Amino acid sequence: MTISAEELNKIEKKDLFTSGHRACGGCGQALAARLVQDASGENTIACVATGCLEVFSSPYPDPSWRIPFLHSLFENASAVASGVEAAYKALKKGPVNIIAQGGDGSTADIGFQSISGMFERGHNVLYVCYDNEAYMNTGVQRSSFTPLGARTSTTPMGNKTRKKNLPLIAADHGIPYVATATVDDFRDLQRKVKTALSIEGPKYIHILAPCPLGWGHHGELTVQICRLAKDSGLFPIYEIIDGKITNIRKIRNKVRVEEYLKLQGRFSHLFKKGGSKEIIAEIQEIANQNIERFNL
Amino acid sequence: MLKQIEGSHAVAEVVAKCRPNVISAYPITPQTHIVEELANIVGRGDLDAEYVNVESEFSAASVVLGASAAGARAYSATTSQGLLLMSEVVYCIAGMRLPIVFTIANRAISAPLSIWNDQQDSMALRDAGWIQLHAEDNQEAADLHIQAFKIAEETHLPVMVCMDGFILTHAFEPVDVPGQKEVDSFLPPFRPTNIVDPRWPRGIGLFADPRFYMETRYILHRAMEKSEETIKKVSGDFAKTFGRDSGGFIKTYKLKHADVVIISMGSLVGTIKDLIDQLEEEGKKVGLLQICSYRPFPRKEIYNTLKDKMNIVVVEKSISLGRGGILASDVRWSFPRAEKKDRNISSFIAGLGGRNITKNDLRYMVEKVEKEPVELAFLGLKKELISEKDL
Repeated sequence: MTISAEELNKIEKKDLFTSGHRACGGCGQALAARLVQDASGENTIACVATGCLEVFSSPYPDPSWRIPFLHSLFENASAVASGVEAAYKALKKGPVNIIAQGGDGSTADIGFQSISGMFERGHNVLYVCYDNEAYMNTGVQRSSFTPLGARTSTTPMGNKTRKKNLPLIAADHGIPYVATATVDDFRDLQRKVKTALSIEGPKYIHILAPCPLGWGHHGELTVQICRLAKDSGLFPIYEIIDGKITNIRKIRNKVRVEEYLKLQGRFSHLFKKGGSKEIIAEIQEIANQNIERFNL
Repeated sequence: MLKQIEGSHAVAEVVAKCRPNVISAYPITPQTHIVEELANIVGRGDLDAEYVNVESEFSAASVVLGASAAGARAYSATTSQGLLLMSEVVYCIAGMRLPIVFTIANRAISAPLSIWNDQQDSMALRDAGWIQLHAEDNQEAADLHIQAFKIAEETHLPVMVCMDGFILTHAFEPVDVPGQKEVDSFLPPFRPTNIVDPRWPRGIGLFADPRFYMETRYILHRAMEKSEETIKKVSGDFAKTFGRDSGGFIKTYKLKHADVVIISMGSLVGTIKDLIDQLEEEGKKVGLLQICSYRPFPRKEIYNTLKDKMNIVVVEKSISLGRGGILASDVRWSFPRAEKKDRNISSFIAGLGGRNITKNDLRYMVEKVEKEPVELAFLGLKKELISEKDL
């Protein structure tokens, strides 16, 4: 299941997820979606949850998908994908790549039961979570992926809790493949999609997808913010293959979390007069714990 | 061949003979015997299908949604809270025009918790764009499933086959379970037209802005109305092939000379027919109009059949709280306003949460409406359990 460099070089920009959609400039999710579909290729069925991705890419009559696209509800992409997979098995069709995909809310909150069921039942489905750390489609409300300190429209004083760690929860279902990725490293992201699709069973890829509108950063900073998320230790990059954490991306030049936080409006209150140094210290502590835990 | 069999098992055997490709369900009383038996049938290898054990009814409905969108003949069964939990998906399935078949083992809704029969659950989803067929007995419950897949696939509308929980699902009755060849000759393999398949990339489930949404609902409504023809045709073809009447739009019993007409649906009509026979011996002319298809609603049939009948009473196992009988309200709407003035349409709520409905209850109901019309009344209500404070 090692994906060779040649194979990665062969991935073209096929625009299976086309331009002309309605995402904001600098949208991490739109970029990630294009990379994912290009890596998976034409022989793919996308089962998409309600959310930003669905709304900016699937208005009737001009969707942005050149592969089969199936959307029904917010919380059931995993179960719908399970059904598609069951149908392909029953009808003895395929093989086909089935990729369920959604944002953090549809994955980790309202869709948590559904994804857990899909993992536990062992469906041959890849789930891709585009994590932009809040409910962006409805106007930046807090989700269980919203990080400590982040201001959202429902945590106006800053979020008081730490982010739920879905990659580890996914791995604890005993599924064969889990990976994290960001949209600054196309090759790494696409290698992980390819790797996942080469494995039978449920797979989970967690992609950090900055949202300029919700995070309050300039669109051109999306890639840089991803790098800082990694280099600060706040977003560890790794794979979990058959339960073993592996291919951890080591941090070469470690940065303090402030460098990541300062670029984003959602953390700006932490740096203003009366801002909370304690919160910044705790965010640094989260990064330090990640660095230690994953040996970054 | 007739065999003595539990209603749930008869349904499971017939569903299996309809060769669904994907079955997904979550256990809930009184639906369990149906899905357990189907699991046995698939487990034994007598049916080549994917049986997906899910973690909730919500996912059961979502799995069959995905399966149907991928071209599978898909089936689920549920009841009560399970159906309500599914409700979001239920609407979605209809909107996406997926020909899925559900069995609803009709049961009351919490609170208070009640596992016993009434028809509040399927009533709660009557507006979702699903055809709802109600079975009188287990033979009809079994037969309706064969018809349901055919109706669903011809109309691109999902179908709920409703059968009263426990009263039918757990009752042993002689049922003629048709052979595989007979079912195959009646129900051709599913030939889906609109599916997710990389060979023909297309989007299913796009969102519609205000320029387009309303038309999709109008088209769905018209499809529901038009499905009347298909329901009648399939029921007629079924009678020709299998030699017995099952399903259809409405059925009547001793209606022609009736002075009082009872309207009802589901297993209660059996008791009503018995009462009608007894009353006939006593010299009273009472008839029955049985609703087989609750959605689409047989408005024209009711009007055409009952336009000369002036004393009608609707007895139903559901209620719109704060409004009254749901079926009664549909029946009242079936007559043009101008004609309503001489016609009495009484409304009785009965059997909620499994309260027995006896022939004596129904006799009381008939005697009551012979005297005067009843706007709304509850049959078998135990007044001694209700204090003034409660009201």
